[in-house]
Amino acid sequence: MRTARWLPIAPATLLLLLFLAGPIGYCVWIAFTNMQLTGSSQADFVGFANFRKAFGDANFRDAVRLTLVFTVLSSIVGQNTLGLALAGLMRRASKPVRTLTGAVVIAAWVLPEIVAAFLLYAFFRREGTLNAILDWLHLPSQNWLFTLPILAVSFANVWRGTAFSMLIYSAALSEIPKEITEAAEVDGASGPRRLWYVTLPMISRSIGTNLMLNTLQTLSVFGLIWAMTRGGPGGRSTTLPVFMYDEAFNKSLIGYGTAVALLLLIVGALFSVVYLRLAKAEV
Amino acid sequence: MFGRPVRRGTRERLTANVALLVATAAFVLPLLWLVLSSVEKDADLRVRLPGAPTLDNFSAVLTDEITFTPMLNSLLLCGGATLLTVVCAVLAAYPLSRYRTRFTRPYLLTILFTTSLPITAIMVPVYGLFVQVDLIDTVYGTALFLATSQLPFAIWLMKNFMDGVPLVLEEAARTDGASTLQTLARVVLPLMGPGVTVVTIYSFIMMWGNFFVPFMLLLSPDQLPASVSIFTFFGNYGQVVYGQLAAFSLLYSTPVILLYVLIARRLGGGFALGGAVKG
Repeated sequence: MRTARWLPIAPATLLLLLFLAGPIGYCVWIAFTNMQLTGSSQADFVGFANFRKAFGDANFRDAVRLTLVFTVLSSIVGQNTLGLALAGLMRRASKPVRTLTGAVVIAAWVLPEIVAAFLLYAFFRREGTLNAILDWLHLPSQNWLFTLPILAVSFANVWRGTAFSMLIYSAALSEIPKEITEAAEVDGASGPRRLWYVTLPMISRSIGTNLMLNTLQTLSVFGLIWAMTRGGPGGRSTTLPVFMYDEAFNKSLIGYGTAVALLLLIVGALFSVVYLRLAKAEV
Repeated sequence: MFGRPVRRGTRERLTANVALLVATAAFVLPLLWLVLSSVEKDADLRVRLPGAPTLDNFSAVLTDEITFTPMLNSLLLCGGATLLTVVCAVLAAYPLSRYRTRFTRPYLLTILFTTSLPITAIMVPVYGLFVQVDLIDTVYGTALFLATSQLPFAIWLMKNFMDGVPLVLEEAARTDGASTLQTLARVVLPLMGPGVTVVTIYSFIMMWGNFFVPFMLLLSPDQLPASVSIFTFFGNYGQVVYGQLAAFSLLYSTPVILLYVLIARRLGGGFALGGAVKG
């Protein structure tokens, strides 16, 4: 009878084991083999060879560097700061402006990834809107996707992902008790000081959680970059997910690609653990 | 600076309005280009007002090959996967919400941990695995994987909604001799209609926009969902007809925008974390 009560959890658990835990286990195994795309039966155990290869591979090191640039620029600096600024401003703005901003920023977030990629590709192209604006302002225009591809995809990711931070910070700011901000005002704390000493400490847990989730999201961006630049030109926008795909499918090195995937997964898992700690989930 | 000011000064409000409008203008440009290009006869990559708005681009893409087949594929794939996700999530959430045992907390923590794992990272081995077990290039295999990748968050959200349903009514049903499944179907679910709707629509939106999973697991052109077909459409032709691409993008994006509007009211920032964060 007691076991029967837990029966409803079986289908979900079965799916999670078969299609999530299974692939993760398989991922760990394949990372230590030399599996190729051609003959799936010819996979030999090669120990840490793939990882040794990765750390000696200049392209891999470049991918790590670009992933860091992409993550710091688009998630930590871009989405997070812009999301907080928008949320803060929305608390002061008139209702119609607030509604309009919310609708536009969220629309960018809800659009399918590939549509977003295509829109931003058009925006950054040599003959695109950004250069049209720069020309109009008499500023030098350039072929952004060629000169600064990692910057272009980072901006694209900010455009697409800011809504998430905005929603989280809007909720966090609305939960700050009125008395606290009022007391700070009465004590004569100016705007920036109030932000630094009162508001930010009050929402510090939301900031931590938001940073974690944003970073995890950004670490796994593939479609946006792949559709905009294919990781190019010359690998200058190849972040780890793109690198991993490239090694596995364009160079047929499934084992090597999977080893890189495993490293990415481990980094992601570490972040997830920090997130759990921060979320202090009331389970 | 942020936080709640005592007196909203007019100047402060004006500054906030101007700043927000500038930010909104920057955000709206790419969206504007999409809408304007879709009704422009020979659209290029710049935002400009169309001379004579036309629906030619739409009539050009409304063919089986470009629009109807991929959209139908998307609907089958995402609809099927969403149904599976929601049914499994409802079933799993019930015992997790109602019974306390040693396993409840570890199970929930594992679920929460899984919600934030970068699924992208395991797509290469998943491809290899699907080749081995002969699930590659099958719609049902892809749907099973999509459903599973969305399942942790769906369970988490569903459990939180279920926690809000009072126990008293169930106890009454129990004393009348109803089984677990009967209680769940007849007492609990009717009380959490909005919650189930939110989870269903959110899962569907996520899958509808998902590119990487079908891109990896489906190969036949006639099985590809819109997320992948749009990519081949603008990725592999030398001469892209931008107006048609914009028109198709608009058609493909409309369902999720409309669905989002349906549930927008119920989604605060707290939702985004499935209620995992307090303060």
